[in-house]
Amino acid sequence: MDLFLSIFIGGLLIGGIYSLVAMGLSLQYGVAKVLNIAHGEFLMIGAFLTFLLQQNGVDPLLTVVIIAPLMFVVGYILYRTIFTTIRLKASNPGVFESNALLAAFGLYFIVQNIGRLIWGTTPVSYSYLPGTFSLGGALFNDDRLVAAAFAVAVGAAFYLYLARTRTGKAIRAAAQDPSTAGLMGVNINNTLALCFGFGAAMAGVAGALISICYPISTTMGLGYTVIAIVVVTLGGLGSIPGSFIGGFILGVIGTAVTSWDAGLSVASYYVIFVILLLVRPKGLFGK
Amino acid sequence: MRILEGEKVTKYFGGLAAVSNVDFHVEEGEIFGLIGPNGAGKTTLFNLISGAFTPKPGEIKFKGKKISGLKPYKICRMGMARTFQEVKIFPGVPAIENVSLGALFGTPKSVSPAKATKEAGELLDFVGFSVPKTIPAGGLTLANQKRVEIARALATKADMLLLDEVMAGLTPTETAEAMELVTKIRDRGVTVFMIEHVMKAIMGVCDRIMVLHHGEKIADGTPQEVAGSKKVIEVYLGE
Amino acid sequence: MDFSKINWKKNALIWGIPLVGVVLLSFFPQYGSAYWVTRLTYFMMYIILAVAWTIFSGATGYISLASSAFFGVGIYAAALLGESMPLIFVVLIGGAASFVLAFIFGAITLRLRGIYFAMFTFGLVLLFKELIYYYEINVEGLRGRFVVLQSNETIYYYLLGIFVVTMIVAYLIRRSKYGLALQSIGQNEEAAAHTGVNVTMVKILTFATSAIFMGAAGVIMATKWTYVDPGVAFNLMISFTPVLMAIFGGMGNIYGPVIGAVLFAYLQEVLTTGEWSNYYMLIFGAVLIAAIVFMPNGLMGLIQKLVGLVRKWRKGGSEVQNANT
Repeated sequence: MDLFLSIFIGGLLIGGIYSLVAMGLSLQYGVAKVLNIAHGEFLMIGAFLTFLLQQNGVDPLLTVVIIAPLMFVVGYILYRTIFTTIRLKASNPGVFESNALLAAFGLYFIVQNIGRLIWGTTPVSYSYLPGTFSLGGALFNDDRLVAAAFAVAVGAAFYLYLARTRTGKAIRAAAQDPSTAGLMGVNINNTLALCFGFGAAMAGVAGALISICYPISTTMGLGYTVIAIVVVTLGGLGSIPGSFIGGFILGVIGTAVTSWDAGLSVASYYVIFVILLLVRPKGLFGK
Repeated sequence: MRILEGEKVTKYFGGLAAVSNVDFHVEEGEIFGLIGPNGAGKTTLFNLISGAFTPKPGEIKFKGKKISGLKPYKICRMGMARTFQEVKIFPGVPAIENVSLGALFGTPKSVSPAKATKEAGELLDFVGFSVPKTIPAGGLTLANQKRVEIARALATKADMLLLDEVMAGLTPTETAEAMELVTKIRDRGVTVFMIEHVMKAIMGVCDRIMVLHHGEKIADGTPQEVAGSKKVIEVYLGE
Repeated sequence: MDFSKINWKKNALIWGIPLVGVVLLSFFPQYGSAYWVTRLTYFMMYIILAVAWTIFSGATGYISLASSAFFGVGIYAAALLGESMPLIFVVLIGGAASFVLAFIFGAITLRLRGIYFAMFTFGLVLLFKELIYYYEINVEGLRGRFVVLQSNETIYYYLLGIFVVTMIVAYLIRRSKYGLALQSIGQNEEAAAHTGVNVTMVKILTFATSAIFMGAAGVIMATKWTYVDPGVAFNLMISFTPVLMAIFGGMGNIYGPVIGAVLFAYLQEVLTTGEWSNYYMLIFGAVLIAAIVFMPNGLMGLIQKLVGLVRKWRKGGSEVQNANT
């Protein structure tokens, strides 16, 4: 029972972060239609920037104030330049998706290489909160709780933004039907770029939160991208709440698999992915 | 002979019935029209017939054999071809090869590449295609693209052609040419089932017409009967 | 075949040049240095991968990132069978195993949208790597295997043979009705299906066929590297580099990927040795993005555009003007 609880709660704790990562990708793929394989690399940059700032005395949670806008701007510019050009040149949406995917792979190589050049390949870590708490007999680090709570808060804040603000509504409109939204006065190029930027910002913040709890390395990105893709598919493409819930589900499953054999985690995600796409491609809440 | 029959054809998307409980039949050799306001389910019905979707519930039979549930390529080889509302040609491929694809893959019996090209050329002439046949289909005018689509459908040696709003976007001259072509196609022995919005065309060319509204059939019969039907008048004028 | 319509000069160029090229390549090892033989071997490996990839992904637009998976299957075929049977059989088995794997995999995933297919193929490489690591460490207790070494000449000639077969098959498919079917699938899959093309089967069979050559190449390269482990065998760069080469060279005809492969293999060599080696991935990524944004039709596309412009200029543009009335 101890083990079960430890897996379950541990899974929820990491799941909060997975939700945030997945929401970012959901915006980029669900709305801006870019399957951003470099998503995890932005996460890695966020993690390392936090590390850098933390080593210089800044509280890791505070670094978010710098990292989020920075990543947002980077993401926005990248979309306005690279992906908008690809989109305008593509003869049909399918061609755009494949070309965007390939361009994202290019970004993956570039960003990871930049990370490696600056920080090398050995993992680094720092400790944030030294305390632990116990739940149901299992012991967890305090910082994991803080990170998960922060992630959930960011997710909730963004959800409200989508629901209540004008730009948020524009995003939702663009997600449903870009051409009609354009006709209704939504500046599509800007809105899609905003989504991409928000996605990058979420990746950066998730990276910061991860650095609080776990060691980080410049090769960490791809693993989180894979997880994000599975969660987005599980939750349903185009559904932010879906990504949210899916993140927790995958967190628990992932923790369970890892506790049995860490070497099979990617395999297990892949199997889940395959089953999902074959049985229920639109996921839990997708359209 | 009833070349095409549909019984209780229904299709739901989520909770909405795009097509609901439609019974219909098309007689061999006739020109059968399908009209209705936008969103009435006309193209969905075509998609159900051509195999893009499967009716649930409901059954569709072609030449007496059940086709609902079969894949589109099988239905095509049985002798039914279609065109699309948004003209679906292969833009990077020369016009003549667009057409010869139909002769190479859509016929019940396979044909040699040389013969396929020859037939494609003849069909392009038949539909009135008058520019060089090697131009990539993406560089053609809308009217010529529609001609290519029709020629491609005919190349499959279809016994029945589904035309989805073939006259949309055409000038009055082109529309008259299209009407003439539809009649020529029927005279070749091909049954035509056409969706149209251009009333003059439908009334002038069709032997029988069916009217759909909100996914349901609200009338069918000769053009005169349908034009005189109170329900139809309400639907078209009352909205 | 209408003999009077054959443009003899054009055909002499189209057939003559490759024929001469192959003959020259066949005699090369007798006269060339060992260094160049090895270099050409690597060039041919990339050409095979790029051309094979283009057979399926070029026409249909379904981006496959599984090249490394099939290549790796070939490598492991060599590792497991190399000592017990003649090389030619290992090559055939490696190719056949790749075909079967690609067929099964394609049957499962080619029913989905192109973007999901791409993700699946990408994941397949990661999956194989992880599964085989797991197996080797936990079940076999060892990591990595050794493959029987073959002479440079043997490797060269086998690759040359695979290269020639790949080119011939690519050409035959493209010229056949299936080539047209593949293009139609890439440009409007729904219309192709409604025109009588069994799109699922065409996709699966073509995908599986393209995998044969990747597997065969893997068998031979294993005999060159002699030590293989899952990291060597299932290396993502083997999946990406041919894609970049094909896009760079242009997928409109069978020589595009060849040119892209040669150029980029050369570039890769220059970049991975010497002071730029730390920046290799960065440059690779930048070139990939530039190729997609600026030349989606590759070098061949640019060349064809230029040729078209020259023709138009010569004829005064009258043909194109008359076309659209």
